[in-house]
Amino acid sequence: MSVLRRLGLGGSLGLAVILTFALLAVAAPLLAPYPGQGMGDPNVTAKLTPPSAEFWLGTDHLGRDLLSRVIYGTRVSMSAGLMIVAVSLLVGLPVGLLAGYFGGWVDEALMRVTDVFLAFPALLLAVLMAAALGPGLLNSIVAVSVTWWPWYARMARAEVLVLRGQPYVEAARLMGVSHPRILIRHILPGAARPLLVQAALDFGPALLTASALSFLGLGVLPPTADWGKMVDEGRKFFPDRWWVSTAPGVAIFLLALAFSVLGDALRGREGGKRDDPS
Amino acid sequence: MTLLEIKALSVTFPSNTGPVQAVRRVDLQIERGSIHGLIGESGCGKTMTGMALLGLAPQGARIAADVFRFDGMDLTTHAASLRGRRIALISQDPAAALNPVLTIGRQMDDVLRTHSAQPKAERRVAAVALLTATGLAGPELLLKRYPHQLSGGMQQRVVIAQALATGADFLIADEPTTALDVTVGAQVLALLRKLVAERGLTVLMITHDMDVVAAVCDRATVLYAGLSVEEGPARAILTHPRHPYAAALLAALPDAVPHGQRLAAIEGRIPSPTQPITGCAFALRCPSVMPVCHEVPPPRRGGSDHGWLCHLDGQAP
Amino acid sequence: MDLARYILRRALLSAFVVMGVTFLVFVVAQVVPSDPAALYAGPRPNAEQIEKARVTLNLDAPLPERFARFAVSMATGDFGVSYKSRRLISQDLRVYLPATLELAVSSTLLALLIGIPAGVATAARQGSWGDRLGSLGSILAVAMPTFFFAMLLQMIFASWLGILPLSGRLSREISISDPLPFITGFNLIDAMLAGRPQVFVDALWHLILPALTLAAYPAGIAMRLTRSAMIDILSRRHITAARALGLPERRILYGHALRNAVGPALTMIGLSFAFALTGSVLVEIIFAWPGLGRYVSDSILSKDFPVIAAATLVVTVCYVLMNLVIDLTQAVVDPRVALK
Repeated sequence: MSVLRRLGLGGSLGLAVILTFALLAVAAPLLAPYPGQGMGDPNVTAKLTPPSAEFWLGTDHLGRDLLSRVIYGTRVSMSAGLMIVAVSLLVGLPVGLLAGYFGGWVDEALMRVTDVFLAFPALLLAVLMAAALGPGLLNSIVAVSVTWWPWYARMARAEVLVLRGQPYVEAARLMGVSHPRILIRHILPGAARPLLVQAALDFGPALLTASALSFLGLGVLPPTADWGKMVDEGRKFFPDRWWVSTAPGVAIFLLALAFSVLGDALRGREGGKRDDPS
Repeated sequence: MTLLEIKALSVTFPSNTGPVQAVRRVDLQIERGSIHGLIGESGCGKTMTGMALLGLAPQGARIAADVFRFDGMDLTTHAASLRGRRIALISQDPAAALNPVLTIGRQMDDVLRTHSAQPKAERRVAAVALLTATGLAGPELLLKRYPHQLSGGMQQRVVIAQALATGADFLIADEPTTALDVTVGAQVLALLRKLVAERGLTVLMITHDMDVVAAVCDRATVLYAGLSVEEGPARAILTHPRHPYAAALLAALPDAVPHGQRLAAIEGRIPSPTQPITGCAFALRCPSVMPVCHEVPPPRRGGSDHGWLCHLDGQAP
Repeated sequence: MDLARYILRRALLSAFVVMGVTFLVFVVAQVVPSDPAALYAGPRPNAEQIEKARVTLNLDAPLPERFARFAVSMATGDFGVSYKSRRLISQDLRVYLPATLELAVSSTLLALLIGIPAGVATAARQGSWGDRLGSLGSILAVAMPTFFFAMLLQMIFASWLGILPLSGRLSREISISDPLPFITGFNLIDAMLAGRPQVFVDALWHLILPALTLAAYPAGIAMRLTRSAMIDILSRRHITAARALGLPERRILYGHALRNAVGPALTMIGLSFAFALTGSVLVEIIFAWPGLGRYVSDSILSKDFPVIAAATLVVTVCYVLMNLVIDLTQAVVDPRVALK
């Protein structure tokens, strides 16, 4: 309960929404009213029917139940957000550690590389990457991560610069402890914690960027359900058959909102500083 | 003639754990044309007293007083309108008191045009005159400078010039020399003394530094835990302090101790502002404490010129 | 002088970044794709056509040479030919770039005009209902997916209320029967230059929804950043000092405090601009806005890499230059920046 109190009303609501979506993702086959349609089976007898008792959120152009599609789409969206953040962290953290710890030309070289990556308006680089790699969930995750890791490299470097000057690190160095050992034993734990917090906060923006790529046709391949792609599919029937795009669009909005509210609660209501999401 | 008269001023903040008493009970009487010291350690409520006078106490503060009068006007209602017109502040750290991204000229002009309807050219002349009056050389050039291009002493002179620009006759100087080198600080004090003599100003000198009191103050009030515990001529307090706390403060001065001897630090801590005080606020740290000190608030002793709050009748050790 | 040295260093860094960006685009567009020659040769090419394409594209040359050629041709404005349309990309860019910049600049202005005053107002009345409402608005704006927001606005303002056009840059009657002469490519400016106020209004009308879509996210961010910067500054001692000097609250807020927040505000111009450039890929297809974003998104599925590469490069260079200008302005506005 004390956790909830610390998060406040907004933060607790955000957490609840996230947990609900996580549950939907894990238990999709059990919770979706039409699991087969959720996975892509067409249902041509019920094309584009508006929301009803039978289909709570209506059906799409292939007659598939949108509620089931949205529930199955949770899997893709959540895993895309998670993977983007994880991959970026795996690349950015070591780069930042090395740059910050060794300083000098290593630092100079690595930081100029991050400068180049950060010079792009992020989604454009991701689009270029995704187009080169071809569509597919994994490729789109790689494409977004390419624009994402430099942020973590920068952050990790800043943390290391602080930690490097700590007396216990200097002492370890003077006692002849090897570089890799100092990095892993003394610096990594301290530097990783704030990065992990930031990574958790970046979940929402990562999700938005991934769904934008998917909207552009660079995400998962049909017939897998994915929110961004579903919004795009509904565009042809918009706004007459508004529900086709609205159901997945609201889902993206809700989940991103939940992450953003939770993030605010976690870090005490400061402004975000990112320009990546879409 | 009395310019400022305060009786039983208190500043309280309501909080979840009960009221926080930043100022418990302060009496002050300041004569026109004098420099009055307000002495105490950090946390004793001296800055909060100054902020209350300016009507700038933080949001949520409750200010109460039996008498709270400036030149015949009630400060509880008039503080905001007197601030920057009759009462001005010279704050502790001049580097922080000046806006880093505006030129000295702009910051002087902002004050001048708030207080007069002069055209721009005349305000410039006035600004130059004020900077000159505070002993700054090359005032025309200075107007184009940014605060960070000035030394601390120069910055403090600019802050004083700004205070003068408001036309105020009462200045609250909050530790004006703390952030400065000793020699520069002495020059700033000499400048204040000179301005008081030339312009008939009155100054409330908030300080923890007995040397400052000795250098410029006519009279002084000693604050402890939000209470004014001794009030009198600066000279008398410096040479014959009556309250044990004032005596202890003086004993803690480096000059008071022969070379080679240790400074007499005051043992113990100030009572927390959340705790009510039943007896004497200084009882916990007082070297001459008696059983009665913990039980009964001390009576006021002495005469109208020099008074103090203590159970001891007579000389402090 | 410090400032001069700062400017030089910053300019050199930008030049380096542009080189790096060019290299990265070259690698992604020309090295990563499996067979550019087959793409170039057109649909269902035979072996001979592919071989010819390899020679034309110079694919067999060593990588450094290929990069050198790529960089030189990009620098001279020779962006090559679109695989799909076979048109010169540079000609297309001349039309599409102004359209996108018009949108990006207006949405940036809109974002700042909404975000900064909202940030100042909410910071001045911290904890009030207005403050809470503003914070809620900024959270909603930041979490809204751009492409979905665009569709919502279309639905509300074009379909239901019918007060704003659904899509396009100009009404059909104008663009077909009586088109604007191409002078700058910015419709608002061209309409003024041509002395046609009704076209100006029409162009402005078409600009509102897409610009609003792109402004939502940066406005939310701008509001939050301004608010927290203002709250920080308002607690500084020089603000107390200014109050103690009797300065009116309005001048303290806008003349003193906001001036200190100019740094963050300038940074936000860069953020908004980048967001608008990025978001144009999504928004332009929804609003049928004939700009770079739509040019790029139309080229994605046909794997028209020269187009994507050229557009990415041009937009990124615009962005780098923009950031350079912002940094230099910041150094002039706040004299302490150059010293760091």
